[in-house]
Amino acid sequence: MQTMRRKLMSVLLILVMSLYAVSTVSAQDGTGYPTDDDVNRIAKQLYCPVCPNTPLDVCETKACEDWRAQIRDQLSWGWTDQQVIDYFVAQYGERVLAEPQRKGFTSLVWFLPLIAILVGAGIVYEILKGWRAQRLAPRATAPPQIAPEVLEKIERELREMD
Amino acid sequence: MIEDIGLITLTIAFTFSLYATFVSAYGGWRGYEAWVESARNAVLLVFPLLTISVVIVVYALYTLDFSLAYVYDVSSQAMSPFLRVTALWGGQQGSVLFWAWMMAGFVAVVLVRKWERDREMMPYFIATAMLTTTFFVGVVLFITNPFMRLWHIEGADELTKALFQPANSMPYFPEDGGGLNPLLRHFGMIGHPPTTYLGFTGFVIPFSFAIAALITGHSRGDEWIRTTRRWTLVAWIFLSIGLILGGRWAYDVLGWGGFWGWDPVENAMLMPWLTGTAFLHSVMMTEKRGMMKKWNMILIILTYSLSLFGTFITRTGVISSVHAFSKSALGPAFFAFIGLTFLGSVTLLYLRWDTLKSEHTLESFISRESAFVLQNMLFLAITFAVFWGTVFPLISELVTGTKITVGPPYFQKATGPLFFVLVLLMGVAPLFAWRKQAMRALGKAIWIPFAGSLGITALWGYVHRMHPASILGLWLVTLTLSLILAEFWKGVQARCAARGENPLTALFNLIGRNHRRYGGYIIHIGVVLIALGFIGDANFKMETQGTVSSGESLTVGDYQLRFEQLRGYHGSDGREIVEAVTTLSQGGEAIRNLNPRRDYFVVQQQPVTIPGVYSTPGKDVYVLLVGWDDTGKSATFRIYVNPLINWVWIGGVMMILGTIIAAWSNPAQREATYVIRPEVLTTQPVPQEG
Amino acid sequence: MTQAPMNEQGAQPPPTPGRKKFGVTITFTIILTFLALMAWGLKRAQAGPLDKGLAPDFTITGFDGKTVTLSELRGQVVIINFWASWCPPCREEAAYLEETWRKYEGKGVIFIGVDWVDTEKEAFAYIDEFDITYINGPDIGTRIAQAYNIQGVPETFFVAKNGELRGVHIGPMKYPQLDEKIDELLAEQYP
Repeated sequence: MQTMRRKLMSVLLILVMSLYAVSTVSAQDGTGYPTDDDVNRIAKQLYCPVCPNTPLDVCETKACEDWRAQIRDQLSWGWTDQQVIDYFVAQYGERVLAEPQRKGFTSLVWFLPLIAILVGAGIVYEILKGWRAQRLAPRATAPPQIAPEVLEKIERELREMD
Repeated sequence: MIEDIGLITLTIAFTFSLYATFVSAYGGWRGYEAWVESARNAVLLVFPLLTISVVIVVYALYTLDFSLAYVYDVSSQAMSPFLRVTALWGGQQGSVLFWAWMMAGFVAVVLVRKWERDREMMPYFIATAMLTTTFFVGVVLFITNPFMRLWHIEGADELTKALFQPANSMPYFPEDGGGLNPLLRHFGMIGHPPTTYLGFTGFVIPFSFAIAALITGHSRGDEWIRTTRRWTLVAWIFLSIGLILGGRWAYDVLGWGGFWGWDPVENAMLMPWLTGTAFLHSVMMTEKRGMMKKWNMILIILTYSLSLFGTFITRTGVISSVHAFSKSALGPAFFAFIGLTFLGSVTLLYLRWDTLKSEHTLESFISRESAFVLQNMLFLAITFAVFWGTVFPLISELVTGTKITVGPPYFQKATGPLFFVLVLLMGVAPLFAWRKQAMRALGKAIWIPFAGSLGITALWGYVHRMHPASILGLWLVTLTLSLILAEFWKGVQARCAARGENPLTALFNLIGRNHRRYGGYIIHIGVVLIALGFIGDANFKMETQGTVSSGESLTVGDYQLRFEQLRGYHGSDGREIVEAVTTLSQGGEAIRNLNPRRDYFVVQQQPVTIPGVYSTPGKDVYVLLVGWDDTGKSATFRIYVNPLINWVWIGGVMMILGTIIAAWSNPAQREATYVIRPEVLTTQPVPQEG
Repeated sequence: MTQAPMNEQGAQPPPTPGRKKFGVTITFTIILTFLALMAWGLKRAQAGPLDKGLAPDFTITGFDGKTVTLSELRGQVVIINFWASWCPPCREEAAYLEETWRKYEGKGVIFIGVDWVDTEKEAFAYIDEFDITYINGPDIGTRIAQAYNIQGVPETFFVAKNGELRGVHIGPMKYPQLDEKIDELLAEQYP
């Protein structure tokens, strides 16, 4: 276990070191297509393929800068937004998409909550209807029962007061 | 040495916790009072013992005793004394100890305060709460022990962490430590972990009472709910503060211009908050109408299990998160414990299901009762949507082998409409009477705020006609807010008329007369304000990014940001700072200077982006320094205009205020709170009150 | 997921035993499934990279257009190196890898460089910079990396002549680690 953990630690260290390598952004000439905003528009819809759960437009690592530069190149070649996104999915896997797809198994992520909510609403309606029916049903006429525990407690408390 | 004392007290605390768990369970089962007494005494000793351990760890962090591996990991000479103390929860070993310590403290307080009152439930309360405490103390002692030392084994490349000297080793005393993770050096992150832990551990009290009630059969009465009402509120508000501080931290430190990213770790904290909120409301149904007893049990079990689940996914890396903590050997132990807790309590609930008879009658669908049920259902639906989105990547990987990400778009789309209905309900439901609400009276109560909200929304919609999507949200906020304020207004007016008080006194007395009700309304106002912040964030956010040379400007909306120059200097606790000097102006008029920076922590090799923010109630202008040219002549900035964001923080403060009022015991109700009530309550007329 | 128990809560008339049993079964099934999912996730989170058993097969198309399939390389020792241009530790070992490749080229050893989540431009620059001559190609859709369960880059897997994994090295390699490993694997008998 100890060696395993150390191994993991060293891996993490390598990852962290490489992710946070010092970097400077070279100044672009600020005009003309594609602008930083164009790049961010697409990067916002993507997640960094290596960082844990970080959107690509805000990720500060060297790798992410490379990817944003790549998006810029692709846009300047005349690619559409969708083409860039498709390229990312093909190259780096489905996990780069911020919004899960609505096809195949992944569509379940969208549909199940919807089904659950509908079923839940149905159940709640049934319950409320049940409660209402109970009101309409004739009431049991048995006199109010005091639970034995309660009686016991009252008695004990009376004892304690003495 | 002094650390050895800490280790010894920790070990004794573990033994006593274990002792208390079993002795109280056995004593309760066989009815041996003396055994339970003894367990209680053991519990009352666990807390001071753990306190000694905690104090010693803090002392080691403060005095920089680097022979302890934990101190070496999270403290350093460059850190201020204050930061060194907060490093107690800056790493895993310390934070689990801190957690166990707080839990022991809570249990001890209960035993001091409620001992005479709930005598029958106590043995099982102690057993349940101390089982949990034993688990956490055990984790500290056996898995992530903060008293582990550093050793250098002959010929090894790396240092070994161990409690006792391994063979062929020499103790190792480093010169300096790694220091606290730079991202954690922020007031939000200093306050966030303790408040969150207080929230998570606080729920152990209602949970343990619920389990005790199930075991003893006292669940039929609703005493456990009365006993724990204030505990639940305390746990809930700490969880809320934790969420808000976490959001504030993300906004100030993470450098993406937002405060809530729907990351698994954030969701893990949101879920127990959601079910906890549902629980706070459903217990009112039990108190007022004797309904939903089973449901309360389900909710408290769920809340507690979800808070354990949150800790589990946070600490084990089961689900990939941006806030990844270090992976650790905690996983299997935690998994076993969660499984035991969840399965055990559900099984117990199943066995006692039939004892939880409550009489449910519903006069009308338009009533406070149905509103409560609908509200609970909405909370559960949101919890489910969040839960599903959080665990789905795991399911996807298991079933199809494909890794996927479920990002903010899913959560916004799945929970947005539900939150919408919930906020609406929050405004309307307090107007509903118990049992039956006449539509006519409801219409009468609603129409003025409704018309007013329409008017304001129309005006608002005209001003913001570029953002049609926002109109619905703004209407929602206006309506709900006016409905809640109308409640205050009605009360104040009545007092003014009846007693001739001036409005301010009347308001004060109104709140004073019914803390719970008006405290609750103030919390609701806080929630509406937070909703306003989210609506602003979702609809009006603007952003731009660009590179400018010295003297040039970037424009976003009607703001211009002029870049003057870059400057670099050495900061405190070992950071190198590069700061941009910029001037923000609106419509050509300079407003103020902003200094977005990039702090580079040399030892940790980690940059932290600190925004320059111009903050007003209407909006924040949030500027990030993204990068710069080597010569310093030009720099890249990212500017966000975040409208209404400050209402999130203001709403948070309102929530805290409201909770304090609601939890404050009401002199008028104090005697009435703990009377023994026969179970026929529901057939008696119930006075109309919040 | 807990809506099932709520079902029983107040429904009138009292639920039939059959309905109750159904609710209970559903509830416990969901809980157990969930726990099983977490157990699996935990196991996966704690697992390291693959280091024994048959090396997962893959076909990679190099940046130069040539393809290579692992299962067709039986009888030769295969070194699979995962790297990325944005990874500084990869740079530490790149020159040593290339040097070792040139030393063993044509002696029953194949090197495969798998470029993990990278941008082409930077990858080409990296290959040029270190004058890498063994096959290197992108890991399209990170399928290879997932099959080997890599934890990061650089990571180097050693495949014996019979196609079995003989360990993995995490982090940059230094002389003579790779040489020793190759010599050891070359010494193995293969029919």
